[in-house]
Amino acid sequence: MTMTSLYEEVTQVPDGVPTRRVTITVNGQKRTVDVEPRLLLAHLIRQGLKLTGTHTGCDTTNCGACTVLFDGRPIKSCTMLAVQADGHKVETVEGMGTASELHPIQEGFKEEHGLQCGFCTPGMMLAAKALLEKNPNPTEDEVRWALSGNLCRCTGYQNIVKAVLWAADKMRDQQA
Amino acid sequence: MALDELKIGGMGASRRRVEDNRFIRGKGQYVDDIVLPGMLHMEILRSPVAHARIKSIDTSAAWEVPGVRLVMTGDTMAARNLAWMPTLSYDTQAVLATDKVRFQGQEVAAVIADDPYIAKDAASKIIVEYEQLPAIVNPMQAQDPNSPLIRDDKENQTNNKVFDWEIGDKSATDRAFADADVVSKIQLHYPRSHPSPMETCGSIADFDRATGKLTVYMTSQAPHIVRAAVAMVAELPEHMIRIVSPDLGGGFGNKVPIYPGYVISILASILTEHPVKWVEDKSSNLISTGFGRDVYLQGELALRKDGKILGMRMHTVSDHGAFFADAQPTKFKIGLMHSTFACYDVPAAHLTSEGWYTNKAPGGVAYRCSFRVTEAMFFQERMIHAAADDLGMDQAEFRRVNLVKDDMFPYRTAFGFLTDSGQYQKCLDLGLEAIGYSTFAQEQEEARKRGKLLGLGISTMTEPLGAGNSREYDIIGIKMFDSAELRVHMTGKAILRTGAKTQGQGHETTWAQIVAHELGIPADDIVVEEGDTDTAPFGMGTYASRSTPVAGAAVAMVARKIRAKARKIAAHLLEVSEEDIEWELGRFYVRGNQERGVTIQDCALAAYSNVPDGMEPGLENNAYYDPPNLTWPFAAYICKVEIDPETGVWDVLQFVAVDDCGVRINPLIVEGQIMGGLTEAYAMASMQYITFDEEGNCIGSNYMDYLLPTAWETPGFELYEVVTPCPHHPIGAKGIGECATVGGPAAFVNAVMNALKHTGVRNVDMPLMPNRVYEALQTGKDVSGMPPVKAG
Ligand code: FES
Ligand code: FES
Repeated sequence: MTMTSLYEEVTQVPDGVPTRRVTITVNGQKRTVDVEPRLLLAHLIRQGLKLTGTHTGCDTTNCGACTVLFDGRPIKSCTMLAVQADGHKVETVEGMGTASELHPIQEGFKEEHGLQCGFCTPGMMLAAKALLEKNPNPTEDEVRWALSGNLCRCTGYQNIVKAVLWAADKMRDQQA
Repeated sequence: MALDELKIGGMGASRRRVEDNRFIRGKGQYVDDIVLPGMLHMEILRSPVAHARIKSIDTSAAWEVPGVRLVMTGDTMAARNLAWMPTLSYDTQAVLATDKVRFQGQEVAAVIADDPYIAKDAASKIIVEYEQLPAIVNPMQAQDPNSPLIRDDKENQTNNKVFDWEIGDKSATDRAFADADVVSKIQLHYPRSHPSPMETCGSIADFDRATGKLTVYMTSQAPHIVRAAVAMVAELPEHMIRIVSPDLGGGFGNKVPIYPGYVISILASILTEHPVKWVEDKSSNLISTGFGRDVYLQGELALRKDGKILGMRMHTVSDHGAFFADAQPTKFKIGLMHSTFACYDVPAAHLTSEGWYTNKAPGGVAYRCSFRVTEAMFFQERMIHAAADDLGMDQAEFRRVNLVKDDMFPYRTAFGFLTDSGQYQKCLDLGLEAIGYSTFAQEQEEARKRGKLLGLGISTMTEPLGAGNSREYDIIGIKMFDSAELRVHMTGKAILRTGAKTQGQGHETTWAQIVAHELGIPADDIVVEEGDTDTAPFGMGTYASRSTPVAGAAVAMVARKIRAKARKIAAHLLEVSEEDIEWELGRFYVRGNQERGVTIQDCALAAYSNVPDGMEPGLENNAYYDPPNLTWPFAAYICKVEIDPETGVWDVLQFVAVDDCGVRINPLIVEGQIMGGLTEAYAMASMQYITFDEEGNCIGSNYMDYLLPTAWETPGFELYEVVTPCPHHPIGAKGIGECATVGGPAAFVNAVMNALKHTGVRNVDMPLMPNRVYEALQTGKDVSGMPPVKAG
C-alpha cells in the first residue's frame, strides 16, 4: 500500500529561522512537516497536527499526560524533539479506536470509572496499551508499576487499575 | 407501570459517565485545545526573587524579537488603572508589579507574540533591575517588629499582620479548663500544599472591537463570579462579557481565584485586537497560583477523668503570602476553622486566629476543602488522638464517649453551627469491625516479634459542606445560591443547564439522574451543559462540595416545577380535574384508574401542541436555590500501617473508609470522589508539601520536588457506606467531594503515631517522610515542621 506523503504547513516559523523537514507516521498516516529544530514532539502533535488528545501537564517528564507510543513504546512527548521522531511511528489516543468502535482499554476506563477530569486519561490509556501488548495477563502490581510514570490527581488510581485489568480480560477473550 | 428507576438511569444508578465518551477518545476540549483565528500567545515574566524593589525594567530587546506584538509591564496596566486588582478577601493584589515584587514568581511583565516559543524568547530578553530586600518566609519572622514591611503599598498598614480574629465563649472555656482533671495539649503545622490539578491555569481572551464583546475561555471553577468581577474591575458592561469555562483538567480549588494572567490576557486582547492565549507551565502554576493550608495550629482540651471533654481552646497562626487572596466566601477571617470539633459534644470552646503577610505566593484556596475545614479537622483528630493517649483511654472508646449521639440532632455546636443529622457511632463501629479492631493488639504484638511496628489510626469527623446559605456566605457581595434551568423539548427530551461547573465530578451524568428521578425522563434523554455565562443561569460555581448540596438541589426544584405544569397538562389531556391526578415515575394517571394515564413525554408534546385554554405554551423553567443550612456528611477513616524501624518507611496495610453522605445519586461516582480524596490525603500525609528557603525560593516548584503519589505508592482503599439523608436537601444528599481529603490525613498520621507510641513521641508534622519518622524513632522526640525563627 502506498501512502501519499503530504507536505503540510503546520507551524508558523518567522522568515530566516531554519527548519527541518521530517516525516512521521502518526496513527498509521504518513505526515511530512517542516519544523523548527527546537519544536517539541508534544507541541507538533498538539498544535501542528491538531491532535489535542495528547496533553501537556508538566513539561518536565513527570506527569505522563503527554504519553504517546513511539514505535510501540510509551514515551513522554514533552521531552522529545519533533526532529527526533523523523522516520518513526507515533500513536496517539486518536489512533486507539475508531469513532464508532472503541479499543477495549477505552471501554474499560469508562466501565470502571477510571477517569474524572480526563486530562491524564489519554496518557494512561497509552501506557496501559503498551503494557498489555507485552503482557496480556498482568497482575495488579504489574499494572501499578507500568502506570507509575503517569500521574492522576482525580481518581486515586484504584479504578484505573481496575480499568486496565478489565481491558486485559476482554482482550484475552477476543484472542480466544 | 411506573418505570424502573435504575433502568432509566435515575437516582441510585451507577450510570456510566456521559462525559467519558469524549475524554476516552481524546476529544475533550480544554482551554489549551482551543485555537481561534489570528490568535496570539502570551508569556509572563516572573520575579526570580522573593522581595525586591524594582529599579528599572528594560523591554527594548524584547520588542525587537521578530513576531513580538506587544510587551506589557506594570506601567501598561497602571495606565488603565489595572496594575492592582481586588482579591476575593477584600485585599488588593498586584497584576503586574509596579513598585516591588513581593514573592518569587510574581508577575512582572508579559510578552504577546505570534507563537508561544517566540513569546518565551522575548520574555527572556527583558532586563529587570532589582534591589533585593530581606525576605520573610514564615509568620514568626513576620511578627518581628523589625521585619521589613511587605505591604508598604497599603496606606494604613504599619506591620505585616493581615488580621486578628476570634470566636467562641472565652469565659465559659476558661471555666471548663479550671474544672478539668486533665489538660491535653498539641501543637501542629499543616504545611503549605498546592492543589495542583494536572491541567494548569490559562485563558484565551477575545475582544471583538466590532461588537464590543469580550469572550474569555478560561480555567474557572466559577465563571459567573469572573464575569461579575470583570464587569466591576475592567468596567466593561456585564452583557458584553462572556466567560466560557470549557472542560477543566481538575480544579480542587486552584481554579477559583482570578489570577493576574487572566486579567493581563484580557487587556492584551483589547490592545492588540487579537485573541490572546495564555497557558501557564507547571512551575508557574505551582509558584504563583492559589496554595492551600500553611497554618500553625495549637490547642488544648479540658478533660474529665472519665474521658468527657469539657472544653476546647485553639489558636491558629496562618501564612497568607504577599496578598490576602484567600478564596473563601465566609464572613469569618479564617474560614470555617471553627467547624472543628463539630462532631463532638463540647460544651465550651474558644478560637483565636491571627493571619500574617509573608513573601510567598498568595491565594490561600480551599484545596479540596471548605475553607480551612481541612486544617480544622486535622487539628481535631490529632488532638483527640493525643488526648485519648494522655488519658490512657482506648482511641475508639474516647470517641464513643464524646461523639454527638443520634438522638441529639439538631445539635448546636459550641461555635454556633447547627449539625442536623448523622449516625456517628454506627459509622465508627462499621469501620472498626472492617479493620479488625478487636484483634489489632495481638497483631501488633506479633509484628513486633518480626521487628516491625504496627499502628492503627482513626479519624472521625463531620464537616460543613455546600456553601452556603445567603445569610452567611457571599462572594463580593453576591449571595451563595445556585441555579438550574430545564427545557423539555416537544419529544420529551431535555436540556439542563446549571450555574455550577464540573471539573471531573461528572455533573453531565449525575444532574440528568436527578431529573430522571423527578420526572421519569430517561437520563440518556437529557443533555447537561455548564460553564458558558451566555447560556447558563447565574450560579456561584463548583468548590466547597457545593454542587450537589446547592446546584443539585436547584436541579430537583426546577424538575418539580416542570412536573407541576405537566400535571395541569395531564389533567387537560385526561379530561379530569387536577386533584384527581396521581403521579408515578414517568406518568400521570387518573386516581382509581391506573390504566388511564399519560406519560411525561405525552405532556411535553401537548405543551407545544395542545395546551389547555389560558395556559402558556412550552415546558421550561428555572430555579434558584438558597439552602437553609450547610450539609453535614460524616466519615470514619481507619488506617493500619507498618513501619520498618530501620528506615522509617511506613506502608499502609489496610485503609477502611466509611462515608455517610446521605442519599447517593450515583454510587460509582461517589466512590470515585472518595478514592480520589483519600489519595490526596495520603499525598499530604506522606510526601506532598511546598516549602521555602531563607531567601524565599520556592522548593516544590515542579513535580521533581513537589511529590505526588503515583499508582505505585498509593494504597488500596476499602469503602463502606451508611446513609442518613440530609433533612433539608430536596433529595436528601450531602456533599462528598472533600470528605476524604479533609478527614483522611489524620487517619494516616494517627496510625503512624500509634506505631510510635512506645517511644513517647507525640507528634511528627506532615509530611511523614521516612527521614522524619526515622528521626522520631531514633531520638524519641517530636519532629516539628515548624521552621526555625531567624534571629532578628
Ligand atoms: S507533560 Fe510530558 S510528562 Fe508531563
Ligand atoms: S482524571 Fe483528572 S488527572 Fe486523572
